[in-house]
Order: sequence, then structure tokens, then C-alpha cells
Amino acid sequence: MKPLSTESILPRIYRVQQSNQETYDTWTLEFEPVDDHDDFSFTPGQFNMVYGFGVGEVPVSISGDPTKPERLIHTIRSVGAVSRALCLLKKGEEVTVRGPYGTHWPVEDSVGHAVLIVTGGVGLPPLRPAIYQLLANREHYGRIVLLYGARTPQDMLYTTELKRWRARFDIDVETTVDTAKPGWHGNVGVVTTLIPRANFDPQHTKAFICGPEIMTRFTILELQNRGVTTENIFVSMERNMKCGNGLCGHCQLGSVFVCKDGPVFRYDQIQPFLSKREI
Amino acid sequence: MVLADHPFFKGLKPQQLQFLAGCASNVRFEQEESLYREGDEANNFFVIREGKVAIEAFSPKRGAITIQTLTNGDVLGWSWLFPPYHVHFGARAIELTRAISLDGKCLRKKCEEDHDLGYELMKRFSAVMIQRLQATRLQLLDLYDEGG
Amino acid sequence: MTARKLIVDTKGLQQLFDLLRKRGYHLIGPTVREGAIVYDNITALADLPVGWIDEQDGGACRLKRSNDERVFGYTVGPQSWKRLLFPPMARLWQANRGAKKIQAVSEKEGPTEKYAFIGARSCEIHAIAIQDKVFLEGEYSDPGYRARRENTFVLAANCSHASSNCFCVSMGTGPKATFGYDLALTEVLENGSHFFVLDVGSERGNSVIESITNQTATEAQSRAADHVSDAVEVRKTLDTNGIKELLYRNYDNPRWIQVADRCLTCGNCTLVCPTCFCSDVYDVTDLTGRHAERWRKWDSCFTVDFSYIHGGSIRPSPMSRYRQWMTHKLGTWIDQFGTSGCVGCGRCITWCPVGIDITEEARAIRESEKTATAESGGMKIENA
Repeated sequence: MKPLSTESILPRIYRVQQSNQETYDTWTLEFEPVDDHDDFSFTPGQFNMVYGFGVGEVPVSISGDPTKPERLIHTIRSVGAVSRALCLLKKGEEVTVRGPYGTHWPVEDSVGHAVLIVTGGVGLPPLRPAIYQLLANREHYGRIVLLYGARTPQDMLYTTELKRWRARFDIDVETTVDTAKPGWHGNVGVVTTLIPRANFDPQHTKAFICGPEIMTRFTILELQNRGVTTENIFVSMERNMKCGNGLCGHCQLGSVFVCKDGPVFRYDQIQPFLSKREI
Repeated sequence: MVLADHPFFKGLKPQQLQFLAGCASNVRFEQEESLYREGDEANNFFVIREGKVAIEAFSPKRGAITIQTLTNGDVLGWSWLFPPYHVHFGARAIELTRAISLDGKCLRKKCEEDHDLGYELMKRFSAVMIQRLQATRLQLLDLYDEGG
Repeated sequence: MTARKLIVDTKGLQQLFDLLRKRGYHLIGPTVREGAIVYDNITALADLPVGWIDEQDGGACRLKRSNDERVFGYTVGPQSWKRLLFPPMARLWQANRGAKKIQAVSEKEGPTEKYAFIGARSCEIHAIAIQDKVFLEGEYSDPGYRARRENTFVLAANCSHASSNCFCVSMGTGPKATFGYDLALTEVLENGSHFFVLDVGSERGNSVIESITNQTATEAQSRAADHVSDAVEVRKTLDTNGIKELLYRNYDNPRWIQVADRCLTCGNCTLVCPTCFCSDVYDVTDLTGRHAERWRKWDSCFTVDFSYIHGGSIRPSPMSRYRQWMTHKLGTWIDQFGTSGCVGCGRCITWCPVGIDITEEARAIRESEKTATAESGGMKIENA
């Protein structure tokens, strides 16, 4: 048990180092700690509670390299008052950060397996640290496949990185969009359509899924059609979070707290709740 | 036999496969070449061996709009099975594409005579249509919208 | 817990109060205010609901005069001790901002208030233990709760009768207090005498009782106290057999829709419930925008906002929110914390404006399965 002393309720203070607008509503911000002795570290899949002064706090996945935690990277989509305020921050401005919280992608437990990553929209940021970790230890894994769907080509995140990964021979990258303008020569269609012919062996593959819940449900269906079993499917879930540490009750999904039992779940943990409405 | 390898034709009797092979030929489309245009007579269906094909609609202002892309292994074209036997959406190769083309006109006639073959083909095309419909429905949901 | 039973009279009880105050405890006890039992600061025996009892029903509570001087004749009021240990509003921290820089300031760690809870019921003690599990035994704990809890002195009062909404026996939480108290009293009024039989529950309780006038209880007096507890009639029941699995199987039971027709989603039940722990965290600034504070306050899963994430609420319908509350209280709580979340105090029934009865709802859902079994020709409905 990690006792939450008053000192650790107090958040750390971070300063914006860099702000990069990815799409019309999404920014990637890089932060550095104001306190030089910061000992922050995280595992892929975890999130922070990030505070915009006077506006409020939101949970945001950590999107940076877990081996370089001093460069704290958050990709934020502007969907409400707090996220909008965070997206508009300029270099030098400060935020507070509490965390890291939550469970992580089973990257280490997947050693010896192939890894299939299915994601869409802003589901990619929480997976990027896992991809970094997989590629940094490439020889320990079988095939690595990334399937990424976005609304339009303009809504794709991390386009430079995607290009870099595509150029590698040790990771398969397939992207698709829901709609495209003329000139787009890539795939058009929902990301689930990429699964039937993705190159992976269902018997020896772990699947990491992050994206809108409908996408998640249909992805799981397609994966099961191909023979991937429930203990090999991992999903990142999202619910309303206020405290981030399991005490305020908001993020409950059935019997689990998304902030501390998740956000990364093995599918069978949440299977009974995913199919029910309004849980 | 190349057809027998493809999952779409799995389970057909050897005789049926032989007949289909008789209606089949290898085709190739260069990048940007049309397989067929909206309104064309629907005389063929295709099994894509390699490449990428865009299903599209043409708008005067927006040009050709890609609705969905199909690639290796996908089956393309079912309008040849249903009157008035015209295609409703165009298909254009967006990469060099090699496919097997099957003569729909000839097959139609045969299916009327041989209902067994007709039923087998209907089953398989229904499955393809259901898959496309489900994928289209998901596309319509605009999943990545903030409400997702 | 010592086997030795002691008795004090009303003067002795007042001595006890005075001694606790001398030792720095703020006495919090039941008082009569605006027709209800309200936990407030007390100093004297006279502050307590002397001569009052209560009658409770679905959506109703009336205080009535008893025809004697009993002090602890009421059962439970709309409040519980959680408002002292887990305050309705608490500031978590403050921050000031310069041009760009933020400076966070933690709450001053002053001396924590020492409370003495006067007249805590067995069900309430169980509720405190349940909240202890939530706030102290999870992966993260609440230091404010811990500090207040460690300093709390509990003087329990064993019930002399039950309200018509009590169902503590079903929940295994009463009517007699068996743990979690420093001292527990049973009030006896018979043949003109009025005394309190005391059980000592801790060293702390022992050290207090030693310093006031007391006598060892006689056999007869001990028996009289036992008789008071034995005579408590707890009439409502809730069948807890496999209740978690029952609720997990019945997410789609039409009964939820029926309840939703009646439920106003007012959230009263969550406010009066001694175990509900949901809270909201919100930030405020002053007009200059340079000073910000973060506060925590009680929240209720009955609000639409509770489950809101960008784009919409997960539980927009009243049906889903009532289902969430009840399934959590009786079912998922067990998976989360190892015990039921309900102590059978009946407050949610009494203070529901439309008198929704959690025991009735549980019964109806259980019955509906039996009906379904009968209709399907006796085939057993297996676990989902």
C-alpha cells in the first residue's frame, strides 16, 4: 500500500517545453519538471491527472518514452474547458501533475509473443510508450503489427513517427481512414476491416486495444473470429475520473475502478460489463 | 487451381469449381485504371490477388470520393447477380492490381439452370455483403468524434 | 473486551462526558432539532434526546415523546458519523500563480480534532468499519480520514428497539454492538431505576471508565441489559444469500424500469447512507485568477454529471443510476472491499421522498427469478 501523505497529495509542478499541434483539435505537449530532483517514472499505459491552473484537472495518458521519463509528454484533445486550456498552453507556462496512476500494458509479460496493436483516433497516444518499449527490446518479440484508424488523413497523429515505423522492417504498420479526400492512396474503411488479413498468428499473439468503445467491441469480435483468446486481449478503458486513485467512486465500471484496476484491463476482467448498456 | 485456394470458393464441389474456372481469367489494372464505372453493365466480379482498389462515387464538385478500399483477397462486385445488373459505385485501382475476373453474365445463366451452384454463390456473396454492410455502419458512426 | 460489566447512572454518564471533554475530546452526540435527530456538539446529558423516540416508515420519520426519561430511545437520524470522519467539504490544497509560475501550498497540518461519538449504534459502527476499508485499506489512503479516525472515541449505545425500517440482523450488523467501541452502554429503565450497563471495549475506554464513579453490575442488572437487547424486534429482512451474483445476473431485469418510475434521483439515499463515499473534486479561483483552491465534496452517483465524460454521460437514465447504486451497495462492493456496503440501518428507506425500499427491490428481483423458473417448466436458471 502506498500511503498518500499530504506531501504526495500535493502535485508536482511542470513547465511546458514544447507544444506541437497535431490536428485541428489535438496538441502534443512536452513538459519538464520545475524541480530538478524530480523522480517521476511510469510504465506504458499509465496516466497523470494534469491541472490547468484555476480551470481543473483531467486524466491524460502519458505518451512519452518510458526510458526518458524526464521528458513528460502528453497528447491532449481539446474536448472541454480543461483540455482546451491545456491545449493552448505556451512554452514556459506551468501545470501541476499528479501520478502516474493506473495499470500498464503487459509489454514485459508479452515477451516471446507477437503483439498486435489495434487503435484509432486518440487511442494511439496511450499506446505509443508501449510501442517504444517493444521496439527497444525488439528481439524479445515475434511479429509486431500496428493497425491505426483515423477519421481522415488530417486527423492522424504522430505522422512523422508513423512514417518512421513504416520504414522499418520489424514492425508492420497499416493505417486506414473513415473518409478521404482525393489524392489519398491509403486504405479507406474502419480499422476493424484491417484485422482479417493482418499478419499475425492468433495462437501466439497478445492484442492491445485502445480507442472508442464501439471500435473496441467490434475489434474484439474480429480478433475472436480469428481465434485470439480472451486472456490475450488487453483493452484500455475510459470513465469519468476525479481523484485518480480509487477514492471518489466516479470511474466505476461494474466492480472495477478504471483509475486503479485499469485503465488497462485484460478483456475477461471487464467482459461482463462491456456488453451491458449504461454501466 | 488458383480458385480453390481462395477462402471464398472453399467448399464448392470440384465440378462447380471447374465451371467457375472456365469463366475466369487473370486480369491486371495499372494504377489509376478503372475496373468499372458507375452505371456500367455489371458483367464481372473480381477476386483481388494483389493490389488496392477504391470503391468510389463521383461528385462534380469533389471529384472521385473513395468510400472504401479493398485489397488482397477481397471479393469485389455483386451487382452482376441482381437486376438491373448495373454497378452503382465505381471501382478504380489505386495501385497496380492483379485480380481474377469471373464472367458474371455467363455465371448468371448457369445459376438459373443449376440452383445448387446458384445457392452456393448466393450464400457466399451474402456473407461478403454483410461484412461490407457492418464495416459501412461502423464508418457511418464517426467513431472518433468526441462523443465516441 | 472485558467480561466485567459495570453500571453507571445518569450522573455517572455526565461525569463521563465531562471527563472526555477534559481529555480534549469534542463530544458529538444526538440532539433534537427541527423534528429530527441531528448529530451536533454536546456537553451535557440534557442536550441528548431525553424522552424522545422515533417512528420511521418509507419516506417518513416522526419524533414522539416516550413516557419516560430514556436517553437513547431513538434509533437513527438522517445523519451518520461519516460527516465527522469524511467531511462533506474539505479543502485539499491551494496554489498561487505568478506570471507563469505556480506555487502549491499544502493544507496546514494542524492538530486534528478529537471526537467522541456519543451513542453510536452497532450498525453505525459497522458502517465506520466499512468506510475504514475504503479510506484506509486501499492502494491509496486518505490521511485526513486516518488522523481523525485514530483520535475518535466511540461510546456505543445498544438499541432498545428497532425502527420499522431497520434490517441490521439480515446484514449481520446488530442490534448489539460487538466490536469497534471504546465503551458500549445498554440503557435500562425498570422499576423506577434508570442506569446504564457498560461494556469496556478498549484500553482507552478502560482508562476513562476507571476515573468515574462506577460499580460492577450485578447478575440481575447484567441480565436486564441482555433482556433489553434480546427484546429488540427487527422486522425487516433482506436475503443476502448470493445477492452479489443475483444482481450480476439481473442487470436487464424489468424491475429496474419499474423502480425508475418512482425514483426521483434526488440522491437523498446517498446523503443519509453511512457508507456512501463518493466525492467530487473541483477547483475554484478568486477573481484575480492568481489564487486557486481544490476542494473535495460529497457527490452522488444519482446525478447525471457523475458519469459524464466528454460527449455525454455513461448513465443518462434514472434507471441506470438507481441500478448502479443498489448493485454497488449490495453487490459490487463485496468484490471491491470484501464486505457488503449496506449495514441495514434503513435510512435510505426512511429518507427517500417516495419511500423506495431497498429490501423490497432486492426481494422483487429475487422473486422474479423464481417466477421465471416456474414459467420455464421448473428449469433452473443458471448463473450468467
